[in-house]
Formats: sequence, structure tokens, C-alpha cells
Amino acid sequence: MIERVFTEEYGRCVAVLTRVFGDIDIAEEAVQDAFTVAVQKWPETGIPPSPAGWLITTARNRAVDKLRREASRDDRHAQAALLHAEDEPVEEGAVRDERLRLIFTCCHPALAPAAQVALTLRLLGGLSTPEIARAFLVPEATMQQRIVRAKNKIRDARIPYRVPYEADLPSRLRAALAVVYLVFNEGYTASSGDQLVREDLCAEAVRLGRLLVELMPDEPEAVGLLALMLLISSRRPARTAPDGSVVVLGEQDRTLWDRDLIVEGQGLVRRCLRRSQPGPYQVQAAINAVHSDARVAQDTDWAQIRTLYDHLLTLTPTPVVALNRAVAVAEVDGPAVALSLVDKLDLLRYQVFHAVRADLLRRLGRTAEARAAYDQAIGLTENTAERDLLARRRDSL
Amino acid sequence: MTQYMLGIYHPDGPVPERLAEIMAELDVVNTEMRNAGAWVFAGGLAATSSATVVKSDGKDLMVTDGPFTEGKEHLGGFTVIQAADLDEAMMWAGKYARVLAPVSIEVRPFVG
Repeated sequence: MIERVFTEEYGRCVAVLTRVFGDIDIAEEAVQDAFTVAVQKWPETGIPPSPAGWLITTARNRAVDKLRREASRDDRHAQAALLHAEDEPVEEGAVRDERLRLIFTCCHPALAPAAQVALTLRLLGGLSTPEIARAFLVPEATMQQRIVRAKNKIRDARIPYRVPYEADLPSRLRAALAVVYLVFNEGYTASSGDQLVREDLCAEAVRLGRLLVELMPDEPEAVGLLALMLLISSRRPARTAPDGSVVVLGEQDRTLWDRDLIVEGQGLVRRCLRRSQPGPYQVQAAINAVHSDARVAQDTDWAQIRTLYDHLLTLTPTPVVALNRAVAVAEVDGPAVALSLVDKLDLLRYQVFHAVRADLLRRLGRTAEARAAYDQAIGLTENTAERDLLARRRDSL
Repeated sequence: MTQYMLGIYHPDGPVPERLAEIMAELDVVNTEMRNAGAWVFAGGLAATSSATVVKSDGKDLMVTDGPFTEGKEHLGGFTVIQAADLDEAMMWAGKYARVLAPVSIEVRPFVG
């Protein structure tokens, strides 16, 4: 229960306290401190009516006490933070969402793109450094260093904590969109744990996506990203069987798909098409809209999906996009053609690469190689539900 | 307010032909900085060929001709400004960059 409050409220608490103290490290430490107190107290007192309010007040008071002690020892950093806190009201839920400011600070162009995403996941999503490292396929020490370096730069170079000026917004938005989508992906296939989907992270990403559309309604890529996330989310009820195991797209009971999300997502895709300024998120949303159109898997218009992937690959020529395109190619031109494309990709540390290869090898009747590829995919997967799915497929060979 | 150094990094090679024009445009930006209360201090540096490096191994001094590092770019001058935050400092750096294109401007905060 406290764990759920942590994932749901961590970002909001850090955002409010960053504004209060003007310092991310103090904010993070204070929020973690408040959660430690909550873990001790809540089992006896019960969860307070407003957990976020309680956490923010507790975090602020404890941080102020600690800073006072440090300030009395002539710690100038603590003195500055205290001074900052005196001028800032504590109320949360102000007119503008606090998290939006924090996302723009985390996505500042003066930070390296990889650091932007890492920082947002850490500060707004409350993810641990190992979780973020796995989401990025990099060693944990590298990620730790990346986060520390980014936080130091925010402090030393005074990267501001606010929504950017209008002139800067378009470029700042692109970075923020990339970050939101990564948060969504981490939520949709949680990199670790027993649950396939971390609904809190998905909900967080969708919420941030909606906020960005609200802030910049004329930015088609923001609309495209929101549409993409809604269309993917619409399939969530069909994606997990009652026993918690994964159901792949082709085998899902499509009557379970969330029609409201599909209607909203497809409406947004049409809105994008009318603007005719395609970008990567809009094309991915369109691909998902094609899937949503098929009432049964056999009706899927794979030729259209492959054409959309061709377009996507010209917009974002990455190995992961090429891998996804190969899946569509397998449906149109057969698994042999697809496998020859997949084998050219340098994605050995990416578990989906091995899973796709395994599936193509299975369809080609190359059973021993398929089994080896499933084993490699399983070795790289820390999500129990996904691992079980891969093991079932391997064992059914 | 934080002080930032805007370091102006020139590509090595001959001085651009429209130097006088560029200097006039730069003057406009500098005046704007002064009027906004952002300008603190500035200095232009002579060519790297005039540089000398002095270094000690703990006992003896070693003196060598030339700049400290040989690269494709060199520090040609700098301006110290004060700004509320990095966005404001980047706004001034952007004005320099547009006037001096394709020169790079390094925005770097002072300690404290």
C-alpha cells in the first residue's frame, strides 16, 4: 500500500519540494525521509486522508529542521535553501501542475538527452537507478554517474525550474515528448517485477502527455504521442490472461479492448492527419490505429502497416524501428525475408530482438536455433510474466 | 544572480573578411547587455601565436612557445555576464552566436 502511494505520489512530492527549496537533492532527500517516516507510522495510524499532503508537509518540516542545523554551522548552501523556502507557499495542486515545471527542468537542452530521460524517470516516476539502467540497456554504474552529473549541472549552471518561455517551447517540447514516451514504455512492459504492466507509470505518462497537449495544442507530435499511448493502452485488458500470463497481439480477445480509448486515440490520429505534418509519434499512432481497426487478427492490414513502418524508418532510422518493421515484413513477405533483415541488426543486448528472431526461426522450422534464441531472450528478461511467455513458447517447440 | 563566462571559441585560420561588420554587430549586442545590466566584464585576446605556456614540475620552470592546447578551435575572447539563470545566459549566448556564426560560445557558470 505504502509502495503504491510512493509510485503515485513521489513525483508530485519531489516537484513541490524542488520549488520550495530550489534544490533537487534536498527535495529528493526530504521526500525519501518522509516516506521512511510513513513506513514506520502508517501501519499504526493508518494512511492519512491526503497521503501526498501529509508527505509534502512532513518532508518540508523535517528538511527545514535539518537545514536549520546545517545553516547554524555556516553551511551557505543550507542557508540559501532555507531562505528560498521562506518565500514559497507549500500548498500543492496549484493552478499549474508542478510536475510540468519539473519535466521541463529535467528535459533542458543543456543536459544530454540520455540524462534528461533518466532524470525524469528518477524524479517524476520515482524509479530506482537499476530500473532506469535496465530500461536503457546500460550498466548501473553508468546510469548512476549520468544522474549525479545531470543534477550537479542543474545546480551549478542554474538550470531554471519553470515552464520555458514561449519562444523556447517547441524545441523543449520535443525533448519532453521523448521522455514521456519512455516513461510509458517502462510502464507498459515493466523491466522487472512480477507484474507485466506498471499501470501507475503508464497513467503517469498519459497524464503528462495530456498536459503537454493542453499546453501546446498546435504541436502535432504532442497529439500524436498522446494518441499512441491511448491506442496501446486500449489493449491492456486483453494483454494479460486471468493467470497473469501474457497474451500476444495476434491472440488477444479483441472484444476486451477498451473502445473509449480506441475512439479517442483514432480521433486524435485523424486530427494529426488533417494537419499533415507527420512525425515519428504520429506515424506510430497511425500504425496502432490500423491494428485497432481489425476486429479479428486475420483482418489486419499488414501491407499498410509495413508502408507506415517504411515511413517511420526514414524519420527515425534506428535498429529498434528496423526490428519492428521486420515483424510487419514477416506478415507480408514471409519469415525468411524478415529473418535476413533481423540478422543484420546490432541489438544483442535487447531481449525483444532475440524473441523476434526466435519466433521467425520457429516459423521456418529451425527448431534448435529457435530454442537457443528463446533462451537468450529469457536470459535478458527480468519481468516474470514475459519470461513465462517466452518459456511457454520455447517449450511448445 | 549568477555570473557566467561566455567563452568565444574561434575556428583556427584566417580572420573573416567581414570582420569590421561583425565587430559593429557585436557592439550592438554588448550595448544591449550593458543597458540590461547583464554586462560585467569582457576581453578580447590576441592571436594564439602570441601565447606562451609556463609550467613547473615542482622545481624548475619550463617555458614553451604557443597555446596550451593545439586544437581546431581556440579561445578568442570572453564576456562575463550576470543572469538570473541558464536560460537567460543562453539568450545572450544565442545573440553572440548569431552575430559570430559559425563560432561556438561556451556558457559556463562561475563557482558560488
